[in-house]
Amino acid sequence: MTRILATLPILIALMVGGFFLWGLNPDRDPNAIPSVLISQQVPEFDLAPVAGVNIPGLARADLTGNPGPVVVNVFASWCVPCRAEHAVLTRMVERNSVRLMGINYKDKPEDALAWLDELGNPYERIGSDLNGRAGIEWGISGVPETFIVSGAGTVLYRYVGPVVGPEAEAEFSTALAEARAAKAPRT
Amino acid sequence: MRKTLFATLILFILPFAVAAVEPDEILDDPVLEARARDISQDLRCVVCQNENIDSSNAGVARDLRLLVRERLIAGDTNQQALDFIQARYGDYVLLKPPFQPSTYALWLAPGVFLLFGIGVCILVLSRARTRRPNEALSDSEESAVAELLAQENRSDP
Repeated sequence: MTRILATLPILIALMVGGFFLWGLNPDRDPNAIPSVLISQQVPEFDLAPVAGVNIPGLARADLTGNPGPVVVNVFASWCVPCRAEHAVLTRMVERNSVRLMGINYKDKPEDALAWLDELGNPYERIGSDLNGRAGIEWGISGVPETFIVSGAGTVLYRYVGPVVGPEAEAEFSTALAEARAAKAPRT
Repeated sequence: MRKTLFATLILFILPFAVAAVEPDEILDDPVLEARARDISQDLRCVVCQNENIDSSNAGVARDLRLLVRERLIAGDTNQQALDFIQARYGDYVLLKPPFQPSTYALWLAPGVFLLFGIGVCILVLSRARTRRPNEALSDSEESAVAELLAQENRSDP
């Protein structure tokens, strides 16, 4: 009995130490919200085009049956980080031939139009989510958020926040490369 | 003194009592509204994370409050409305997480710690009780002590 009691402090110290090791790990992000969408089908949604923008709207049907993965970016003109991210997305579309779809989240059409006129439009399709309902279907907590969707319509990856800066861009490119590689053997 | 204490207490409690529900969200049916408020208190705001959507001012929280009310009007039970949102935001959105393998530790830890504490208390107390008789000196020890004391007294001038 005494022997068991004597080992207790060591056991407790090990447990507490293990907990600290886990909690203080710099790779662990306590604010990360797991997305239920990963490896699930794209949610049901159907958005009209942004009024005045000359490209079609976005619906679930547009995200299934594509030859390769597509990127879905949730953005708004009132979102400051989106402005920084816009340049990165444009570069990806131009240099890496990424297919980019947009969800214009809770944005006035005229604001979105002015924003795209000023910065250019890298999007293939943009759905106007005026009341944020499609945003709820996608489980987003704010803008910007960026998803990688497989050609068949499975959500493979979600990035919360702007894809800006070497680390974020590297992470995103890796995920995109994986999505492309995963698709290759099947086609 | 008592008044000051009371006032301070109120000041500390008040902020938590404030709900972010705006007048245009409130349903005409008081029963449905009460149910909506109940549900809102179990849903976590995904932006502020440690607030329920009933007291959060975030845009998404407002959208979710409206959605909950919409679901209730459509005839959902409280559980169905919660499930609808859980299906989109995951277990994370529930302030009271479900009992499942990944949350066993979370749910059971308090009980385990309590049992552990009670166990240690019982152990310590029972040991203290059983040891007491041992602390009394045996007959031979008693006589040895008497002998020593007697010697001490004798050697003293």
